This record gives sequence, C-alpha cells and structure tokens, in this order.
Amino acid sequence: MQLTGTRFTETTAIVGNDLSTLPDYPAEIRAPAGSLAGVSAFQLHFSSKDIHTPGDQPDVLVAMNPAALKVHLEDLIPGGIIITNESAFSRKNLKLAGYESNPLEDGTLDSFELYSIEMSRLVATACEDMDISPKTVERTKNMFALGILYWIYNRPLEPTINWLGVKFKKRPELIDSNIRALNAGYNYGETVEIFTTRFSVEKAPLAAGKYRNINGNFATSVGLLAASEKAKIPLFYGGYPITPASDILHTLASFRHFGVKTFQAEDEIAGISSAIGASFAGSIGVTASSGPGIALKSEAIGLAVIAELPLVIINVQRGGPSTGLPTKTEQADLFQALYGRNGEAPVPVIAAQTPGDCFYAAFEACQVAIKYRTPVFMLSDGYLANGSEPWSIPNFDDLPSIHPDFSSNENGSSFMPYARDEKTLARPWATPGTPGLEHRIGGLEKEDVTGNVSYDPENHHRMTELRAQKVANIVQDIPPTEILGAASGDLLILSWGGTYGSCRSALERLRNEDKRVSLVHLRWVNPLPKDLGEILIRFKNVLIPELNMGQLSKMIRADYLIDAQGLNHVRGRPFRAADIVTKAQKLIG
Amino acid sequence: MAEATVETPKLDRRDFVSDQAVRWCPGCGDYAILAQTQKIFPDLGVDKEKFVFISGIGCSSRFPYYMNTYGFHTIHGRAPAIASGVKLANPELSVWVITGDGDALSIGGNHTIHLLRRNLDINVMLFNNRIYGLTKGQYSPTSELGKITKSTPMGSLDRPFNPLALALGSQAGFVARAIDRETAQLQSMIQRAHSHSGSSFIEIYQNCNIFNDGAFAPMTEKETKADNVLWLENNKPLVFGKELNKGIRLDGNVPKVVEIGDKWTTNDLLVHNETDWTIAMLLSNFTYQDEFPNPIGVFYSVDEPIYEVMLAEQIKFAKKNKGIGDMQTLLDGSDNWVVE
Repeated sequence: MQLTGTRFTETTAIVGNDLSTLPDYPAEIRAPAGSLAGVSAFQLHFSSKDIHTPGDQPDVLVAMNPAALKVHLEDLIPGGIIITNESAFSRKNLKLAGYESNPLEDGTLDSFELYSIEMSRLVATACEDMDISPKTVERTKNMFALGILYWIYNRPLEPTINWLGVKFKKRPELIDSNIRALNAGYNYGETVEIFTTRFSVEKAPLAAGKYRNINGNFATSVGLLAASEKAKIPLFYGGYPITPASDILHTLASFRHFGVKTFQAEDEIAGISSAIGASFAGSIGVTASSGPGIALKSEAIGLAVIAELPLVIINVQRGGPSTGLPTKTEQADLFQALYGRNGEAPVPVIAAQTPGDCFYAAFEACQVAIKYRTPVFMLSDGYLANGSEPWSIPNFDDLPSIHPDFSSNENGSSFMPYARDEKTLARPWATPGTPGLEHRIGGLEKEDVTGNVSYDPENHHRMTELRAQKVANIVQDIPPTEILGAASGDLLILSWGGTYGSCRSALERLRNEDKRVSLVHLRWVNPLPKDLGEILIRFKNVLIPELNMGQLSKMIRADYLIDAQGLNHVRGRPFRAADIVTKAQKLIG
Repeated sequence: MAEATVETPKLDRRDFVSDQAVRWCPGCGDYAILAQTQKIFPDLGVDKEKFVFISGIGCSSRFPYYMNTYGFHTIHGRAPAIASGVKLANPELSVWVITGDGDALSIGGNHTIHLLRRNLDINVMLFNNRIYGLTKGQYSPTSELGKITKSTPMGSLDRPFNPLALALGSQAGFVARAIDRETAQLQSMIQRAHSHSGSSFIEIYQNCNIFNDGAFAPMTEKETKADNVLWLENNKPLVFGKELNKGIRLDGNVPKVVEIGDKWTTNDLLVHNETDWTIAMLLSNFTYQDEFPNPIGVFYSVDEPIYEVMLAEQIKFAKKNKGIGDMQTLLDGSDNWVVE
C-alpha cells in the first residue's frame, strides 16, 4: 500500500499539483493479513491550490479489505467516495475485522458513494494467459486500484509504467503483470461507466522554479551532504537502525560516490561515539535516531558538549515513552533534546517544519555545529520523515559556504585548545595529524584556555557559563521572526517543528473568518529568537499546539511569564487543522 | 599506513612526555607501561602528530593526558567506538585505545568485541589489574571467583572473564599478553601490535598495589616466575620452568604439563604457531588454571581484511562506477518539473 501511495504521489507531483502525504503503517513487518493491526494506509492530499497538510478528512477512501474499511471509515468526509476490493470481503476477512455482517451489503455505507469492485477476479482475468502463480497475480490488485484512481483523477500512466520497468528489471513477468493490472484498472474506470464523476485537478500556482517531490528523511540526508560539500570536509555518519530514522542511514549509505562514510555501529552509543571520533579527526560527524536511541546517546552528547566538538544529532521523533509507537509521529522529545543530560549541558535545537525544510534544517544544523564547535540537535518526526511535498530545488551554488577554519601551527606558539573566538566563543578545531598542535581533550572539566584538567571551583563555574553563553550566542545567526498575519491581534498561534502545516492551514481558515489571528513558527527552539518576547506580548492570547503534553508551552510560560494556552494531542498523527481552528475559536470567541 | 619521513629529526622518549603531572598512585603498574610506551614510540617510525590515544574511564584511561600526542579521554567503555570514528575519518592516523578490565570488558564489552571483529587497524592496550581501582576496590570482570571486596564481602559470584579468549572469539587478528614489569617484552609487544595491520589486542597484566597488590606476583617474583610463566616464541616448543625442564604436550586434544627427561623430550611438545587459532585458544584457557603456567607473548597473529581499507575501496569503486557525486544532479533528482 505504501508503494501504491508513493506512485500516486510521484505522478501527482509530475502533473504539477501541490501535495502533502501521510504514510501510516504498522510497526509489525508482516502483521497478519486482514487484521485491524495490520492495516497499512497512505493518505494523500493534492490540490490546484497551495496546501500545507495531508488533509483533515479524505474525499476518497480506497479500502482493499474489511479491516482497512473499519479502521479508516471514520476519517472519510461525509458522503465521500469509497472504493473497495469486493473480492477481499470474505467471511474470514469480515470476521478478522470484527464485522458481524458485510458492510458492503447491510446498509452501513448508504450515506457514501460506494464502488465495490472484484479487483482480485479482474486482475486474475487480466493475467490469465501468463505463467505466474495466483499469489503473484493477487499482489497486482493494488496496481488495479491505482489504475482506477488514475482514471478518476486524469493522471498519466507512463511514470508508473516506467518505474515498474526499473523496479522489476530482473523480473520481466512482474513488470508485465503489474502493467496489465494498472491498465486493467484504468480501462475499467473508462468502460464500466459506474463512476459518475471524473475530476480534473489543475496545476497548483507554485512559484516559478524547478520542483521535485521530496520526503523528510531524504531531504535530511541531502541537507547533511550539501553542508559537508560546502564545508569541504567529509561527512561521517555513525548510527544504528531504528524506525523511523533508518532511511537516513540507507540514503547516506548510497552516497559513497560522494565519499560519504556510513558506519552501522553495534549500538546507538557506538553510533554517536564513532561520530564524535570522526569530528575530532576533522569530519562532520552525524548520528540519527529516534527517542529510545537518543536516550542511549545522552552521555555521549554530554561528552561532545564538554569536548566542544561539532556534531549533529538527528531525532526523528516517534510516539513514546519507551518503545511507544515506533511508526507514529509525536513531538514529545523536545525536553529530551533540551535537558536530557547530566549536568549543565546546553545543546542548540533546530526543528524542521516541513518535509522539504528538513534539507535546510540539516544544513543549518551542520553550519552551526561547525561554526560554534558544538553538538546540535535537529528534531524531525515520523510525519516529516515519511511525508512528502513538492520541493523547490535549490541551486547548490546559492547555498552559503561553510568554513571549518581548522587550526594550524603557523606561528609556532604554544597551542591553547580552549582559547575562544571573541564573537562566537567557539574554541579551535585542531585535528590529529596537524604537526605542532598535539593536545588532549576529554570529559573531565577543562581549565579555561589551556584545556588542562581542572577541578578548580571558580573555573568550573566560569566554564559552565561559557558553554551556556556560546550556545546563547547562536541567536545572532537566527533571522528576525516571521509573523504570518498581522504583527498584533487577538491570538498568536505559536508552533514548532512538524505541526507547521496544520497550524498554517488553521491560520488561513481563521483569517478567512476575519479573526485577528497570526502565526509564528519556530525553527530554532534553543536558543529562542531574540525578538520572540516582544512579539508574544502584542497578542491578547497565545495558543501553542503541540503533539506532546505541553513542552514548548512550559518553556514559553517560564521564559516569558505569559499565560500561553496549549493544545496537546498525542494520538500518533498530525493535528487536523480543524482541531486547531476549534481551539482558537474557543479562546477568542 | 603511516610512513616514516626521512627529513623528520629522530624523536626520543622526551618528545612523548606531556607537561601534565602524572597522578597515579605511587607504585602503580601504570607508570611502567607509560614509560615503556614513551620509550618505544620514537622507534615506531610514525610522525608524532599522527599518534592518537583514545581512552575510556578508569585509572588506566588517564594515560592519554601523559602522552604528548593527540589524545581523547572519553566516556566509560566507549573508547573503541570513538577510536573507530577517528580511524575511519583519517586512516593515516596511528590510533591507540587505552582501557582497563572494567572499561573494556564490563561497561564497554560490546564495543571491544565489535572493534575486534571489524578489524580496524587500531591497537588496544588493556591494562588488566583484576580490580576496580578508580572507584576504590570493587571486584572486576576479571577478578577470580570468590573475590572478597567492598561490594562482595562474602566473595564474588561471577566467574571471571578471560580477555584473550574473548578477543580470539571476537576474531581479533592479533592477540598478545604482556606484564607491566617485563619491560623489554612489553616494548616488543607494543612494537608488534603497531606493525600488525588490523586490530591488535594486548592484555597487560598490571599490578594495582593499592586494591589488588600481588595479583600477578607468581608471574613477577623471582622465585616463582620461571615456573609460572610460559614465554611464547613462534615455531618453538612450549617449554618453561627454572631449569627449562617442563613443557606443554598435547594428549589427544588435551594439554598436559610434562617433565622433559626420560619419558618426554622437547620433540614431544606442542610447538607454538602464531597463525593457529586453535593453539591460541588453547593457550588462552591456561589463564585461571593453576596447573598451567601463564603464557606471555604473541598468541595469535594473522592478517585479515581491514575495515577501513575495504571502506576506501568501496568509495573508490562507487566513484568509478557512478562517477564522482555531483551535488546539483543529486538535488535535481530524476523526476523533476519546471513551473514557469
């Protein structure tokens, strides 16, 4: 199902619609077929207008079996279209889904526009002269469904046909059977005349430029590589597989021809430790994980803080605590990123706001890590990681250059590993192999300037302040905060990370109702932008929607002493814009 | 890897002494190991700036502070992982891990075994004093069963780890043992570890004179040493004893200590072979067995494929195969479209 959704997405991107996707799959690899737990879904929102979310309520639901219908019917807009594979509504599957009687026949779906099609039988017919197993034929039914959708929405088949040719290069029989199923579905739509409507969704009015479809994990990977190319230092990635971050490892592993070194370590700790080692030796060290893995990395992050080495730590957040909801999205690791270490261990935090923005967030994380010699957290989430959108492709030459400024021993004077740059407070980066700069660093407290081990109480206090000030200084690189809407009003929606799209959609609806509402979306969560305080006080109400129980809210209330209100959901999926609209209306009437 | 440069002035011991005051307890075996390292390093033929010492936590892990090279005193148990990152980022460096029995075998056991199986060209010096020194005297994973310590007033219940058997089981390519007080042999082991390409693992018996004094006394005291140490020499029969009158003989596949004389001659003894894993494993199991002497020297030395060399080959191959990566082409992707 993920594959079918991705194909529809790619085709939709190519015809020029704006789009936003929400893949939603179970944590089990092969959950029992037909069970409620095994339902794998892919929600896609596309439009001739500028859109920001995968949509609150789909207009069309394709349910390939009773369980899928059972799980997702409640999402469908009233009166929406349902397309089902009638062949899958067997007594066994109905029972697995917990249906007492067949919903296709008992009137349950009367208020919807139902198209129940014997897809399994039709693909069997389409492939009947082929020498392939019935099981293989059955698997092509998703392509049949895709063909129907392509007909309904006037999409070309060629991109999918070309893709099948590449995907099954070594198994020509699968190319043939899948194309047959795709065509059969399309032709079914055209000839059977059961569909009363056919939709034409025109190109969206995107700004001029070159576009591609991109998902968050890919954008993150490419952003890291772009930064390493700009800094002209190698990219080293050390990590351990974990959902939903593993695709970053996979993607970077395919960049050997860029000289990228990926290291699948024995555990999460070794993943980050190897990245710290690589940074010490002059690469940009990166590790990515999700909450449970980040927990294991905590001690090593503290080491990078005191060693003051560049390092990028990516947390693709998922539902927690513990193993939690591995494949579902959440934003509940903000406090973990900010405070999840022993001692005073400040780490800057940047949060990506859309799948495409993951590119820039990863790039900026590297920029800041290198400039300030500090570990930087980049927060992504399951929704951003797997969700996709059309992305305006940047011109690589236009991206800012990054200067690692490695130390050399030109003047031959004695090297001070903890002497600091006046403006940033960054310390020198002297890599092993550089003659004359031999020095020792480590996790014990450092003496100011010399970097020697020091247990002196005044020194520890001073070093703690210096490390904090260095991170606070990053504020000078954060641009003035953009306010969507008026600079003052009745309500400010303040958001961060992956909820941008939902908040943006909610803002547009509220402004269409002439509400005096504005939106500020934070990318840097630590440090917070220096103009944030003065913006907050210009609004009568501040609403902070978060997919956690109120972590940014607590920060804002503590830092700015304002009565910010939270909207807090942890349901494993993005906000519906309507949820935010309703809450906003309650606040301002 | 690292090549000696002709024009570099000859280094000496003092070049490797840092300006930091050494803070181990007086009489600690660590002093001897530091001194031998500083003595032999000038002879390794590597530019000084290319040496990197990485350590974890424990008494031994303070070692990098005292070497005037690049050094990183990291966190407990993680030195092999950090060293792996250093070596992978810059394979030209000569990377040394300094660790102890707790650091390498308890909290960092996972990293130790995985470093060795991957076979990065990194040298591990494990200072084994069979006790926790820095935390003031709890038993360690190499303490003998029944060890009475602060945390085990009635005796420890865990069977001790055998570091060399573990290293061999992890498929390490170079496995050796040294003793802090055997200075020449220690230097020679350091030199051998350095010249071996791939992971090298040296267990160094190190006396903690405060919390576990005399742990290795039978192997270091004049009167008992000869009967308790089996000096390993490649392709030589396994002979030991004050009079060199004892040896190791295989009875089937069971090793036995025999007297050389009427019944047995040196021709009947097992001949050491550094490339024979079975012999190495057999010798490693003499540890903790009172009827056998403790083997000291190189147990095992074979060349295996090296991780970072293979990684470099992959990169080379990918560049040749796909062409050197172009950032704009990657950004553009294959399915893009233009909005006018």
